Order: sequence, then structure tokens, then C-alpha cells
Amino acid sequence: MDTTATFWLPVPASTVAQDIDALWSFVFWISTFFFLLILGMMIVFAIRYRRRAGDVERLDKGPSHNNPLEAAWIIIPTLIVLVIFVWGFRGYMKMTVVPANSMEVKVTGQKWFWSFAYPEGASSVNDLVVPVDTPVKLLMSSQDVIHSFYVPAFRVKRDVLPNRYQVAWFEANQVGEFDLFCTEYCGTSHSDMIGKVRVLSKADYASWLEESTIGAEGMDPVELGRKLYTAKACMTCHSVDGNPGNGPTFKGVFGHQVEFADGSSLMADENYIRESILSPRAKIVAGFQPIMPTYQGLLKDAEIDALVAYIKSLGAESE
Amino acid sequence: MSNAATHTEPLRSNLAVPDQIDEKTGLPRENYIQDGGKGLKSWLLTMDHKRIAILYLITVVAAFFVGGIMALLIRLELFLPDEQFFNADQYNQLFTLHGAIMIFLFIIPSIPAILGNFVLPLQIGAKDVAFPKLNLASWYVYMLGAGITLISIFTSAADTGWTFYTPYSSSTSTSVIPMTMGVFVLGFSSIFTGLNFIVTVHKLRAPGLTWFKMPLMVWGLYATAIIQVLATPVLGITVLLLTLERAFGIGIFDPAMGGDPVLYQHFFWFYSHPAVYIMILPGMGIMSDLIATFSHRKIFGYKFVAFSSLAIALVSFLVWGHHMFTSGQSEIAVMIFSFLTFMVGIPSAIKVFNWTTTLYKGSISFAVPMLYALGFLFLFTIGGLTGIVIGALSLDIHLHDTYFIVAHFHYVMVGGTVMALIGGLYYWWPKIWGRMYSRTLGVFAFLLVFVGFNMTFFTQFILGARGMPRRYFTYVEQFQPLHAFSSSGAMVMGLGFLLVAINLWWAIKHGKPAGSNPWGALTLEWTECTSPPIPHNFKETPKIEYGAYEYDRVIPTMEKQG
Amino acid sequence: MADSAAHPRWLQHHFTSAGQQRESAKLGMWIFLVTEILFFGGLFCAYAIYHAWNPDIFHEAHKALDWRLGGLNTLVLITSSLTMALAIRSLQVNKAKLANGYLWATILLALTFMVIKYFEYAHKFHVGQLPGKYYTYTGIEGTSPHIFFSLYFMMTGLHGLHVMIGIGVILWLIIRNRRGDFSNAYYNPVEMTGLYWHLVDLIWIYLFPLFYLVG
Ligand code: HEA
Ligand code: HEA
Ligand code: HEC
Ligand code: CUA
Ligand SMILES: [Cu+2]
Repeated sequence: MDTTATFWLPVPASTVAQDIDALWSFVFWISTFFFLLILGMMIVFAIRYRRRAGDVERLDKGPSHNNPLEAAWIIIPTLIVLVIFVWGFRGYMKMTVVPANSMEVKVTGQKWFWSFAYPEGASSVNDLVVPVDTPVKLLMSSQDVIHSFYVPAFRVKRDVLPNRYQVAWFEANQVGEFDLFCTEYCGTSHSDMIGKVRVLSKADYASWLEESTIGAEGMDPVELGRKLYTAKACMTCHSVDGNPGNGPTFKGVFGHQVEFADGSSLMADENYIRESILSPRAKIVAGFQPIMPTYQGLLKDAEIDALVAYIKSLGAESE
Repeated sequence: MSNAATHTEPLRSNLAVPDQIDEKTGLPRENYIQDGGKGLKSWLLTMDHKRIAILYLITVVAAFFVGGIMALLIRLELFLPDEQFFNADQYNQLFTLHGAIMIFLFIIPSIPAILGNFVLPLQIGAKDVAFPKLNLASWYVYMLGAGITLISIFTSAADTGWTFYTPYSSSTSTSVIPMTMGVFVLGFSSIFTGLNFIVTVHKLRAPGLTWFKMPLMVWGLYATAIIQVLATPVLGITVLLLTLERAFGIGIFDPAMGGDPVLYQHFFWFYSHPAVYIMILPGMGIMSDLIATFSHRKIFGYKFVAFSSLAIALVSFLVWGHHMFTSGQSEIAVMIFSFLTFMVGIPSAIKVFNWTTTLYKGSISFAVPMLYALGFLFLFTIGGLTGIVIGALSLDIHLHDTYFIVAHFHYVMVGGTVMALIGGLYYWWPKIWGRMYSRTLGVFAFLLVFVGFNMTFFTQFILGARGMPRRYFTYVEQFQPLHAFSSSGAMVMGLGFLLVAINLWWAIKHGKPAGSNPWGALTLEWTECTSPPIPHNFKETPKIEYGAYEYDRVIPTMEKQG
Repeated sequence: MADSAAHPRWLQHHFTSAGQQRESAKLGMWIFLVTEILFFGGLFCAYAIYHAWNPDIFHEAHKALDWRLGGLNTLVLITSSLTMALAIRSLQVNKAKLANGYLWATILLALTFMVIKYFEYAHKFHVGQLPGKYYTYTGIEGTSPHIFFSLYFMMTGLHGLHVMIGIGVILWLIIRNRRGDFSNAYYNPVEMTGLYWHLVDLIWIYLFPLFYLVG
């Protein structure tokens, strides 16, 4: 099995990739053939029959039509595209029909990150962790607009809609880390709605599960908060260096008087931070859009505490 | 053609001789530019199809340059990942405006409204289109639509992509409504043009000009007009619904209110897929005229080329779902859409093969328009064949919404339609203005456009196949070298387009007088009209003695330049 | 241009004969009507889809419409189609005065239609049976009755707009007719407006059962 990227295509890291790559090669060479055929005829005729002096006084002696030829170039391409059609459709069915023994991961897309919930109760953000050689069924939905789940290495793509579940599946057959993109335009940070798929050996996957379900007990809350800041995608909208992004910077928030869009204001304390994370629409900071998603259900209490501690630490540093 | 024809004495084509030549300008004294009235008002109130074509020429080309400058800014931003000159929101507005301007303000009206308006009545021996007032109205409606669209540009430009997918388009804070209303209004302009052309072709052909004696340009425009008339109303109602959705929250497309966002996509593509053939069919018409004229050959398989236009026009209504292979349609639906997508490719294949064969045993001249015709053949074949690639279901799953798609549609739209448009402009420019441009500069500009185009967009096939998503303001590091190469190509291409414009602009005033028939063509606008034509086109209704391309019976009377 | 028998005033210069001009106008008008049908077709399509998804709610919601008023309006419009046809007939037999009478009758009937429509709308505004997010009525059970009213207002509203445009065009015909523009030799604009008016009527004949009589 060829497991490296080619000039055209990325690493084929799933079980369906091979079939798709084979069809790609087939179509590619057919296309190259027809392209060169047209180009070749064009060049040969252009040179051979270029206009010479006196030509204009001569009547056209070339053929004006030829029905067998017409039939040939209708029938041959038709047969070829029929082959491509059937092959493509069968490949598509393979990608659509989910094997019965698949492990199910719930995928949620929202502006602008992915969250994943695993059967064992673990969860992760922007970082899909799966065991190798195991069919994985993705049950996907969106919290807001349409997104699209795309892993080039698996040749898998499926739109994620707000009003219904969409299903995709893959079976990774190669350990490694692969790009995950959002491919349906979804606004400002569409191009930052990217993540990784980490394919682990079955043993590694088991220990990852254990680690993430136990949580990071015993870890310093500020440290954990710093990790969650990236892991839970706060960083897509909040900086820690003082520059506002889609949301206000975390630097110096804590303990400051925050102005709200409705004109009121408030001193940012632990409760305010907690509220901002769980029901962000409750108070909208002046100058920003109410686009922050709620993290209700995505973060455990200990994690919220950790984030609060982390944000608190950023406030203190700036003083 | 029948063999008998070759035994009889060859005919010679006519050469329209002007009554009087103006000593100073070297052009016919009587022509539509001078005799249709003087001053701005005479142009703005004109009902002459030739003058309306010029109005369109100015505005549509302006739209192309505005859209083109936006394209250059896009490429500039993508030279490197992360923020360079624009932030993410500005970038999103840029590609939306680029797409919307290029599609609705440039490419849809381009060939029919400029060249179609100018040559359609000439080619069928008519004094004008059937409804001259409606023709002028279509230009005003176009201007109105363009004006409304401009409101969007100056009030937090829409950032939805040219496809306006819901629910994003109904929830974003940018000004989507002016954009959709602009598109709504522009639709009427397109319908007016299409309606006018259908009636003109049916009712105003000169006596004796049967359907199969018509130039294939007319066939192309006719097929286009059918799509314009049948598909555009659906776009109208779609953007109207979208506008109401945004303004009043009617809930048809809003999942939160029991509506369905995918329904919007069906509505949108029901227009927009046929629309891609509105873009290419007139270009294909130009191609047929160019290849026949510059090979001095009867077009090979005339009837096949003519009917394939109609076949494309009809089948194109049944394939819209191929833009939505990943959005969760039923297996049956995707299967049918994929199948029909392949079927709509066949008539294009017929045309490509027939054009190529027309070159066989020709007398091929490498005038500037012919370079564009050959360029079209090269680029459109690539664009069309990659259409076949993404018509295949399993491949489209991988390639959908990546740069592969971006490359596909630029190959067909820029490599196809824009090449045909420029080729057509070069071809009819001496007829429109009576003057000839510089061939040297023309060839040089062609080379820049051709090379720059392939640098820009062939690279994007590679990017897309490797997984680079479209509408991305920034991208992962591994794509950088290819993006940089693509951006460099865009600059080369931009320079090429600029030189094309300069060359043509210069010719209007300073080119040498071209004469009635500089290319030795056999269609009526060359054999029966002076350059530029008189206000009512023909001295008297032309008699049709031979078909559009009967070089096997007729020796064209060419006119020496200068 | 000189007003001669060979080239009367109303014959535009680019046509060679009155027949050609009339044929062109007719074909153009038919194509325009096709675009109108497709325009409404999009909405009918949306109607069909939502009806298929929520048949019960459509059934419940339709009870909010008064079929008697709808039926009356159907009669009114059909009659106006008749008067329109009679106007054309009168011109064909060269009775321009009579034609104007029929045109006025058509306008009167169209206005009656609009007035009845106004009362229907006013009632719905009053009780909050409004499209989409403005829907406040509580008398209908089910998940999304507002979609029914969204469609109702859009489709009847667009139809009403067509009626208004029709009134405008007919007024213009009356003025031209009084000026003596039309005779049995030339009445293209009246004939074309007639075609338009029949289409507007026809669309209502579909709207009426779809909204007032869904079962
Ligand atoms: C001028 C415009 C134009 C034209 C002519 C075409 C022509 C074709 N297009 Fe393209 N297309 C677009 C403009 C156009 N397209 C645009 C704008 C989009 C994207 C919109 C968006 O999302 O923003 C798009 C997207 C698009 C998609 C959706 C991709 C996706 O989003 O996932 C698909 C999928 O099937 C497709 C297919 C085709 C096919 C099969 C043809 C065929 O008609 C091509 C036929 C031509 C040939 C086949 C070549 C000549 C033939 C030969 C040389 C002979 C040999 C042939 C064979 C053996 C078959 N197109
Ligand atoms: C007819 C249609 C058309 C045309 C002609 C073009 C022309 C070009 N397009 Fe366009 N493009 C679209 C239609 C078109 N495009 C559409 C529909 C989209 C999708 C939008 C969406 O996703 O919603 C798109 C998207 C698109 C993207 C993808 C953006 C993204 O997904 O993030 C890119 C990126 O490279 C691109 C590049 C270009 C380039 C480099 C050109 C070049 O060919 C342009 C060359 C022309 C010029 C450069 C003009 C010449 C002017 C000058 C040189 C300056 C002159 C100076 C003065 C006048 C003073 N286009
Ligand atoms: C999609 C963008 C986005 C993401 C992701 C996001 N936020 Fe926010 N956040 C915002 C915006 C915008 C605001 C300001 C408007 C508001 O108050 O809702 C905000 C406000 C806040 C505030 C109040 C800040 C102030 O200055 O008063 C806190 C605290 C906060 N977010 C924490 C978080 C945490 C913790 C996470 C991750 C677990 C996170 N946010 C993820 C967009 C985001
Ligand atoms: Cu989410 Cu793009
Ligand atoms: Cu398409």
C-alpha cells in the first residue's frame, strides 16, 4: 500500500482513499490524453495549414462534415464518462454507507471551532483523536451557520448543518496527525476553523481516553487554564497580548471596569468571567458582536475554575 | 455541401463600399458614430443597437477592471499566510465583491450585451433588434442594478461569498440587502436582452436567411437567450426571498424558524448552474465564427455545433445538484445529478472536436483574434475536463470547496469566456470603430495573458487537490510556495489585460482605417456593411446568396489594410 | 416618418410590415409571460415543499382564511378578464369608445379586488397572523404556522403588485385610446396587456385553492 503523498494528492490515510486515488489517476490520464490529442491536432494543423500567399483565391477543399467521425466522438466520450460515473458513484456509496461496528463521535461545528464528544464521555475541541484501523462514524450538527468537515488525507468531506444531523465516516489506516479544515464559508474566522485529526495506535488511544476522562487533576489551575485556552479554542477570538480580536483580549480584564453595549458597566470578577463563559449573551462588551458561543456542557466545573484562574493571572500580571 | 457547387463558377463575396470617405479620418462619411446624433444626450437616449452596445462596452469593461483589481488584491493578500494588507473581514468582503461583480456585472452581460447587441442584427440582416426601447431599458436597468450594488460596497460590503448561502447571509451584520436587490434588478436587464434576442432571431432574419445559414454566433446567442429567459426569474425570486428573509425574518430558509437552508441552495443553483452556460455559450458562438473565418473554412459539422448549443441549454437545467454533493442530498438525487453532469459535457466535447477538425486543410491566419481562439481551445479543454473530474461523485467529495474548484471555474470563465470576449473584441473592433489596432502589441499582450493565466490557475489545481480550501483568508504553511507562484502569475496576467485595453483604446482614435472586410469573412456584417456601419446598418435589405461559412463556394473579397 | 398606407405612424422603422411587428410583439409577450410563470413558479415550488413537510399545519392554518372573500375575489377577477377581452373585441370592430368603457370596467373590478384584499390583510394584521418573526397569533396549533402566512403574504402580495401594475398599464391604454392611437388596424398594446391580465387572473385561480381551500 502506498502511504505517501503524491505530487497531486495528500497522504492517503483512510481506507476509502485508495479507491478515490485510483479513480483520480484514471480520470487524470484520460484527461491528459484528450488534452494532448486536441493540442496536438491544433498545433499540427496550425503549422501544416498556415496561410500562404495566394491562398485566399482558392476555394476551401476540406471536408465539411463526416457523420461516422461525429458518431465516434460522441460515443467514445460517452462510454468513457459512463465508466467514470459508475466508478465515482460506487466510491461515493462506499463513503456514505457507515459500517455497522463503527465507533460514534458527536461533532459540533460552531463559529469557529469544532468540538468532539466521544462515546466514553471524553470531549475535545479542534482536536479529533481516533484509534487507527477502526471505523469512526461522525454524527455532526452545527450550532449556527453551515460548516463543512474536511480531512484531505481521508478524502472525507461533509457539510454540517444547523437543522439536521449529517453523517460521515472514515477508517484511518495510518498513525499520524492530519489537517482538519472547515470548507463551508462561515464568516470572519472561517480560515481559522481548522484543527487536527490525531490517529493513535489502539493502545495510545486507550490511554488518551483515560487521561482525558480523569481530567487534569492535580495540575496547577493556571497551567490547566493556559492549556484549555488553546485546547478549547478561546484563542481564536481572544488574545493574551492586549490586542482585541473577535473578542476582547484577556490581558488585564480581571479586576477592570467593563463597559457593556447597553451602557451599563461592571467590575470583572470571578462570577462575571464564569457567566461570560456559560452565557455569553447575558452581557455584551461594548464594541463587540454577540458572537461568542456558550460553553455550557463543553467545560467541566474544574475546567471553568481553571480558565477563571488563568484569566485572573493575566489580569494580575498587567498591573 | 453538395458536390455540384464545386463545379460551378465560384462566387465572390460582396464588399460594402461607402458612399463617401472622409478625407481627414479615412472612414466612411456616413456611419452610426457620427450620424446617430451628437453629444452625450444622443448616446444616452439612443435606440440604435450599435450604440447601446457601446454603452454596455464601457460599463461592463469598467466592471471587469474593478473586479480584476479586487482579484489582484486577493492574490496580494494570499502571497503569504496570515494578515498582510487586509484583515479577515476585509478579505471576505473582497472575494465576495470580486465574485459578485465578475459574475453579475461582468460576465453575464458581457458577450451578449456588448458583442451580441452589436453584431446580432448585422449578422441576420436586420435594421435593429425587435424591441429597441427595451434594449435601451435593459442598459438603464443594468446601471440601476449596478448602482444598488454599489451601495453595498460603500456600506460595509457583503461578506457572504457570491452564493449568499443561508443562514450565514441572513445573519451576518454586513449589508447583504443592497447586494441581493442589485442582483434582482440586474436579472431584469438580462431577461430583457434574452427576450429581445429570441424575438429578433425568430422574426427579423433577412428573407432567405434560413436557420442553418445563420452564423453560429447567432445560434450561440439564441441558446443563451433561452437560458436567460428561463433561469433568471428563478434567481429573481430566490434573492427576493432572501431579502425578505433578512428584512422580515419570514423563516423560509431559517432553520431556527422551521425553514431549510439547503432549500436555498437548490433555488440558487437552479439558476446559477444554467448561468454558467449563459457565460460560455456566446463565447462558443464567437469561437465558431473566429475559427471558420481565420481558417477560411466551412465550419466542420455545422449542424452538430448548432444543435449542441441547444442541447447544452436544455440539459443545463437538470444538473444544478452537482454543486451540493456534500450537503446531504439523497443517494438517488446525487446519482442523477452526477449522471446528467456527464451528459452535459458531451455536447461541449462535440464542439471542441469540430472546431479542431475545422482547422484541417484550412488556410490559417494568425491574426490576433485567432490567437485568442486557439487560446480558448487550449484553456477551455482543461477547464472542461476538470469539470468532468469534479462531476465524478467520489472525487468531488474530496475536491469540493477547494482551490481545485476555483481553478476549474477560472479556466472555463477566464480561459473560456474572457478569451472569447477579447478575441471577439479584436475581431469586431475594426467593424465597430473602423480602425485597426497594433498586431505586435496584440500578440505580446496575448502571450502575457496566456502565460500569466496558466501560472495563476494551473497552480491552483495542485493546491486544491492537495486540500487547500477556498475562501480562506490565511492558510497552513505547506501551501505557501504555490500560493506565491499563483500570485506572481496574476500580476503577469493583469499586465496583459492592461495592454489589451491600451491597444484597443489607442486604435479607436489612431488606428489605420480597416476597410469593410479586413479578415475576408463571409458573414453579413463584413460583406454588406461598411466599417463602421451606417445608422440603419444596410443600404437595402441584404440578399442571402450563401451561408455564413461557405468558403467552399465563395471566395471572400478581402480588403488590404491602410 | 410620413404617415402613409405603406408605412403608418405606428409601424416602427426596423420592421418591414405590420404583420412582422405584431408577430414580434406577440412572441415577445409570450416569452415575458413565461418568465412571469417561472417567477411565481419558484414560490409555488416553495409552497409545495413546505406543504409536503407540514400538511397538518397548512390544513389548520388555512382555516384562518375566509374562503367566501377569496371566492368573491375569484369571481371579480374572472369578470375583469372578460371585460378586458371585450375591450379588445371592441377595438377589433373599431368601437374605440366602447373599448374604453370596458377598460374602465376592468380597472373598477381590479380595484374591487384590491379593496377586498385590503380588508383581508387588515384583519390578519390585526390578529397577528403575520409572516415569519412577526407572527404573534396563538390560535393555531403546530410547530411553524408562520411559514404558511409567510407564503400567503408573499404570494398574494406579489400577485397584488401585479394587479396594481396592471391597473397602471390599463390607465395608460385608456389615455392612448382617447388620443385615438388604436383602431382595428393597430391595437397591439391592448392585446398584449390583455394577455398579461389573463395571466394575472390565472395565477389567482391557482392561489385561491392553494390557500383558501387546502384540505
Ligand atoms: C463558464 C462557466 C462554466 C462552464 C462552461 C462549466 C462547465 C462544466 N462544469 Fe463547472 N463550474 C463553474 C463554471 C463553469 N463550469 C463555476 C462558476 C463553478 C463554481 C461555482 C462556485 O461554487 O462558486 C463550477 C462548479 C462546478 C461543479 C461543482 C464543484 C463543487 O463545487 O464541488 C461541477 C461538478 O460537477 C462542475 C462541472 C462542470 C462540467 C462537467 C462542465 C462541462 O460543461 C464541461 C464540458 C467540457 C469538456 C468535457 C471539455 C471538452 C471535451 C473534450 C476535450 C473531449 C473529451 C471529453 C471527454 C472524454 C468527456 N462545475
Ligand atoms: C468572470 C468571472 C471571473 C473573472 C474574470 C475572475 C478573474 C480572476 N480571479 Fe476570480 N473569482 C470569480 C470569478 C472571476 N474571477 C468567482 C465567481 C469567485 C468566487 C467568489 C466566491 O468564492 O464567492 C472567484 C474567486 C477567486 C479567488 C478565490 C478566493 C478565495 O476563495 O478565497 C481567487 C484567488 O486567487 C481569484 C483570482 C482571480 C484572478 C487573479 C483573476 C484575474 O483573471 C483577474 C485579471 C484582471 C485584472 C487584473 C484586471 C486588469 C487590471 C489591472 C492590471 C489594473 C489596471 C489599472 C488601472 C485600470 C488603473 N478569484
Ligand atoms: C467565536 C469567538 C469566541 C470564542 C471562541 C470565545 N469567545 Fe469569549 N468573547 C467573544 C466576544 C466577541 C466577546 C465580547 C462580547 C461578549 O461579551 O459577548 C467575548 C467575551 C468574553 C469574556 C468577557 C471579556 C471582557 O472583556 O469582559 C470572557 C471572560 C470570555 N469571552 C471568555 C472566553 C473563554 C474562556 C473562551 C474559551 C473557553 C472564549 N471566551 C471563547 C468571542 C469568543
Ligand atoms: Cu466553519 Cu467555515
Ligand atoms: Cu454547475
